[in-house]
Amino acid sequence: MALPKAKEDALAARLAALPALSGKGWLAAARAEALARLQAMGLPARRDEYWRYTDPASLNAPEPLPAQRFDVTDEAAPFDGMDRLKIVFVDGVFDAAASDDLALAGVSIERLATTGDTDIHWAQGLYGTLEARGQTPVPRPLAALNSAFATDGVLIHVTGRAAKPISLVYIHKSETSDAILHHCVKLGPGAELTLLENGPAAARFSKVMEVDIADGASFHHIRIQGRDHERRAVTHLFARLGAKSELRSFTLTANGRLTRNEAVVELTGDEGRAHLAGATVGDGEFHHDDTVFITHAAVACESRQVFKKVLMNGATGVFQGKILVKPGAQKTDGYQISQSLLLDEDSQFLAKPELEIYADDVKCSHGSTSGAIDETALFYLQSRGVPRRRAQALLVLAFLAEAIEEIADEAIAEDIRARLERWLARHGSR
Amino acid sequence: MLEIRNLHVKLEEEDKVILRGVDLTIGAGEVHAIMGPNGSGKSTLSYVLAGRDGYEVTEGSARLEGRELLDMEPEERAAAGLFLAFQYPVEIPGVGNMTFLRTAVNAQRKARGEEELSAGDFLKVVREKARTLKIDAEMLKRPVNVGFSGGEKKRNEILQMAMLEPRMCILDETDSGLDVDAMKLVADGVNALRSDDRSFLVITHYQRLLDHIKPDVVHIMAAGRIIRTGGPELALEVENNGYADILGEVG
Ligand SMILES: Nc1ncnc2c1ncn2[C@@H]1O[C@H](COP(=O)(O)OP(=O)(O)OP(=O)(O)O)[C@@H](O)[C@H]1O
Ligand SMILES: [Mg+2]
Repeated sequence: MALPKAKEDALAARLAALPALSGKGWLAAARAEALARLQAMGLPARRDEYWRYTDPASLNAPEPLPAQRFDVTDEAAPFDGMDRLKIVFVDGVFDAAASDDLALAGVSIERLATTGDTDIHWAQGLYGTLEARGQTPVPRPLAALNSAFATDGVLIHVTGRAAKPISLVYIHKSETSDAILHHCVKLGPGAELTLLENGPAAARFSKVMEVDIADGASFHHIRIQGRDHERRAVTHLFARLGAKSELRSFTLTANGRLTRNEAVVELTGDEGRAHLAGATVGDGEFHHDDTVFITHAAVACESRQVFKKVLMNGATGVFQGKILVKPGAQKTDGYQISQSLLLDEDSQFLAKPELEIYADDVKCSHGSTSGAIDETALFYLQSRGVPRRRAQALLVLAFLAEAIEEIADEAIAEDIRARLERWLARHGSR
Repeated sequence: MLEIRNLHVKLEEEDKVILRGVDLTIGAGEVHAIMGPNGSGKSTLSYVLAGRDGYEVTEGSARLEGRELLDMEPEERAAAGLFLAFQYPVEIPGVGNMTFLRTAVNAQRKARGEEELSAGDFLKVVREKARTLKIDAEMLKRPVNVGFSGGEKKRNEILQMAMLEPRMCILDETDSGLDVDAMKLVADGVNALRSDDRSFLVITHYQRLLDHIKPDVVHIMAAGRIIRTGGPELALEVENNGYADILGEVG
């Protein structure tokens, strides 16, 4: 079906600005298919159902809007002290000197850019596959664009228990960088991996991560999206879970002009568990969108979505979360909560929680609230001598606690609490 | 210690006047009680002194050891030595009682230029004081006042007071909702804090508390004014005859 003229033009303009596709190997085939998907969908527009609350214009534009880099000097980089395998990208370009050797017991780690032109590779069964599955019922054209034009990324295959976490570090240097990275993570039966991501990555960042979690495997993902104020990002996590497997993903977002984090998760084996959580703090020119789609396609799976946002001085938060329970997915336990704490009347929270259930023996709950800080509690704390800013921080941390509790590693959770506390000491409404 | 002069207060949002010229002077080491009918303005007086939003002072002053309270933020008043035990202590889900106490103690120490208490020292002091108030360790771990019984909340107020060692303590109906034993505990807690350089303003409806905490002066408040001031015998008079006579005399 032909695209409307406006969409056609927008796509043509964007494609014209993108580099030509590499012409050989397994990746070329995957890219060509992704491009075909993109051409059938066109770029997102404000009128599209899941783009009503977020304007995709700056993500669609042929060139990124410039974004100043932000040098953090007042705290250590996230995960700094941890024993981890570090892989660094600067403005989307792999930095070999800053990275560790890509060698880890029980894990094979390769780069997309160096393996894409081989004829066969394990990743060809994954790259673009979960993304393509995730295009229905809701189209995600920016993910297809990513699959078609990603310049690099990591391909991780875990067969055992990874000896230490893999840590992807995204450094933003150039004010006009436009990075497109695509990662594939495949966990074999019973495999375990913790993947850490941190940093703003670029002025504009597009990232797709496809994760295939086999039976009994466990994937923990913790992401901190940096402190740059002007960067824009669109990210997709596509995950497929086998029986008795586990996915836990937590994201901390503080600052950023525009963030769209999508998660598309399919529970395909019995007794799988998927927990997605986000803690977001935004001040001023800040727009953060969490769009989540969880499909229960097997029996006795559990899913949790816990998204909390603290917004001040005109910041905007968006949550679109859906739980789809397919016929036969009995004993589903689905929980979804999205809440915002608005520190003033200029800030706003837009939420679209959805449940679609085709099985009868399920337990699903969802709740979305938007509220102000409890002035009585604030006064109580102040009356005990706690300065207003600090009192506010205590209440905000209490509000965010449920999301932070989703982090399995207590040391990381503690570090994130401390980062939030410092952020809250630097920012305030009034 | 505390000197309130001609204090007039109205609600910020509506044209409702609540305090109509309160005068009250409390000397160092003294215990004063305020009694008065429901709605006469006792809690309002305590909130205005502590700095709660929503009230507008149209006239008057309130000085603590010579410093004007009404110009200060609530936390500055606390650091200056003011403490209010709330009539309705506030529940704060997600904030542990221990964290709350330590944050408060250290914030005040910092405001006064004193060194913060180490975690160990703090713990020792809290445990000791909690024990005398029969507050168990489990209650200290729970979120502030969440799921506490009425009496537990009031004892928790006294624990905070004991930890913060304020100069001027205002107790707003700390006795209400307490059983006889708890009342004794609270009174003992207060009496243990009595000293020459600490004063108390005890708001109550009942003589019973004043049996335990002997006041030097008793005031009767009605319709936003102190209408009578006397000795402990005034509380007995109220206990026996109610407010009708006193209100009649004035009205
Ligand atoms: N924030 C408020 N909004 C509306 N009315 C208020 C507010 N605060 C106080 N009032 C009113 O002011 C009057 C005095 O209230 P206050 O709580 O000070 O009385 P009180 O003497 O403490 O009474 P009680 O003995 O019942 O505790 C009451 O009529 C009360 O309804
Ligand atoms: Mg009262």
